[in-house]
Amino acid sequence: MNAVKEIRFSQESLELIEKMIKRYPEGKHKSALIPVLHIAQAEFDGWLSTEVMDYVAGILKLEPIEVYEVATFYSLFNLEPVGKCVIEVCRTSSCWLMGAEDIIRHLEKKLGISPGGTTADGMFTLKTVECLGSCGTAPVMQVGAAYHENLDLNKVDNLLDKFRSEGNRKCYTDRITPDQK
Amino acid sequence: MGKKILLENDHVPGIRGYDVYRSKGGYASVEKALKSMTPEAVTEEVKKSGLRGRGGAGFPTGMKWGFLAKPPGVARYLICNADESEPGTFKDRYLMERIPHLLIEGMITSSYALGVKTSYIYIRGEYFYIARILEEAIDEAYKAGWLGTNILGTGYDLDLYVHVGAGAYICGEETALLESLEGKRGNPRIKPPFPAVEGLYGCPTVVNNVETIAAVVSIINQGGAAYAAIGIGKSTGTKLISASGHINKPGVYEIELGVPVEEFIYSDEYCGGIRNGKKLKAVVAGGSSVPILPAGLILKTAAGEPRLMTYESLADGGFATGTMLGSGGFIVMDETTSIVKNLWNFTRFYQHESCGQCSPCREGTLWMEKVLRRIVGGQGALRDIDLLWDVQSNIEGKTICPFGDAAAWPVASAIRHFRKEFEEYVTHPEKISDVKHYYSVNNLPVA
Ligand SMILES: Cc1cc2nc3c(=O)[nH]c(=O)nc-3n(C[C@H](O)[C@H](O)[C@H](O)COP(=O)(O)O)c2cc1C
Ligand code: FES
Repeated sequence: MNAVKEIRFSQESLELIEKMIKRYPEGKHKSALIPVLHIAQAEFDGWLSTEVMDYVAGILKLEPIEVYEVATFYSLFNLEPVGKCVIEVCRTSSCWLMGAEDIIRHLEKKLGISPGGTTADGMFTLKTVECLGSCGTAPVMQVGAAYHENLDLNKVDNLLDKFRSEGNRKCYTDRITPDQK
Repeated sequence: MGKKILLENDHVPGIRGYDVYRSKGGYASVEKALKSMTPEAVTEEVKKSGLRGRGGAGFPTGMKWGFLAKPPGVARYLICNADESEPGTFKDRYLMERIPHLLIEGMITSSYALGVKTSYIYIRGEYFYIARILEEAIDEAYKAGWLGTNILGTGYDLDLYVHVGAGAYICGEETALLESLEGKRGNPRIKPPFPAVEGLYGCPTVVNNVETIAAVVSIINQGGAAYAAIGIGKSTGTKLISASGHINKPGVYEIELGVPVEEFIYSDEYCGGIRNGKKLKAVVAGGSSVPILPAGLILKTAAGEPRLMTYESLADGGFATGTMLGSGGFIVMDETTSIVKNLWNFTRFYQHESCGQCSPCREGTLWMEKVLRRIVGGQGALRDIDLLWDVQSNIEGKTICPFGDAAAWPVASAIRHFRKEFEEYVTHPEKISDVKHYYSVNNLPVA
């Protein structure tokens, strides 16, 4: 039997959540739901399982359905297990004009998966997303918090190598320095 | 060289940090407003400036502020809309990333004018790293005494927080944004009641775009009249334009409203002309939602006048021959662009982003995407073009929020101005070199 990992926020996250809740008026703690789901996704392997959502509901004193409703609405929340690096390639207007399809096709070939898929080694998930607000530096992809702009196939290859050698999970909540973006 | 207001100090090294920002005259508008002006006087200056909302609709900001209900004993809110998800738009990101204190200063001055004690900046989740930049700047502002209790000893209290979204274009619509901020799905609300009366937590609320709020700083420092002196007619001041697509110099440009479109596209000060010596085919001037115009009509109005970058000039001719300034997301397409495929791409976007509340929008965007996919795949028929026209006309004006219009207009305008290209596509699919054009881009199994 696999050991079931206990779902519990770290002390640091619990303190952050406490701080989040205080940003909203008394009784309006539901406002903290999206920020808390971000923290949960970062802490629990990059996706939100039903168990994690139930746990979040308990922490915020909400009904589980209130959490499911929100988690299923927003595209940044993953509802299935994902790789350590979720590669989100913009497929919208300006990126499309500037060759996003070539980037996606290249990633599909290199990783052997289609959008929505995860590599067997659990390293990469490929996702196509809508305009990332980076159209002037198209084509673009986001991995965790970081934007990778003015892409070409060569740049993509180098990034994949870099991610592989770093080997760590990338999250929206990661701290990045300006020149990393 | 046009006058720069928002990006005046963009080139100054270290302008992101508090000390440099302050040394360049930063936070003067807060000092001036709190110490020498009543909240009403601040609003009055904004009215005088003629400033119009920079989020897309162009509604006069001073007038919007004037509508804010002020029942005694009820909290009021100012929400900055930093959702910026309109395809082709990236100016708010540029501003927040490079000069975060300008937004924070604007938030304080504007909150004071509205009698607000708690304000939020709602920023799209993808901009998480910018949320961090803003939070650091907010910390600096608290430490320097521009936020918190009894600001500058005037007795005015204000708290400012950043709230991060999680990926949903619709949350840029102000009532969907409020729902999202309350921790719910981003389903737009029926209006009335308007947010000015019942907004966040049922309290009176103003929602303004990042650029709108940032413009308030200069309006208070220099006076509304000085701001109104820039621009043409009812298009006062400057506007950030996000320029992208097939141009030599994509990027964010601050223009004085009134620059001719031709100059904007071809001058080296701005877009620097079309890439690779190609010819201009079409422009989407104000973000993906506004009508696309062919080269002839974007450069000159139907009456042959040069078209200008103003709300009025871009709209000249109505939708028959004009468009809108919108969010200022200026997408340029060269002669190699397939308008049909581009429309499929746009429509796929709207289909993916419809919140699903209203049937015309939910079903209509789905249907239009399917038909366009069929056409792009070489399986279309002439009647499909009329079908598309029919479906879009049954979405426009029939939904709770303007998303429906935003999904319908690109379809209507593409067919209006490029019908021949659609006909060519369905009658001679064999001429299209890459008929099996990348279907899988359309699949999105993950949420
Ligand atoms: C579908 C849709 C998306 C929108 N997205 C944005 C957005 O990302 N940013 C924004 O400022 N306004 C957006 N708006 C406009 C807002 O509803 C609202 O008018 C605006 O935030 C008001 O601010 P302003 O008057 O300063 O422009 C959107 C509207 C619609 C219908
Ligand atoms: S279209 Fe790709 S970032 Fe805007």
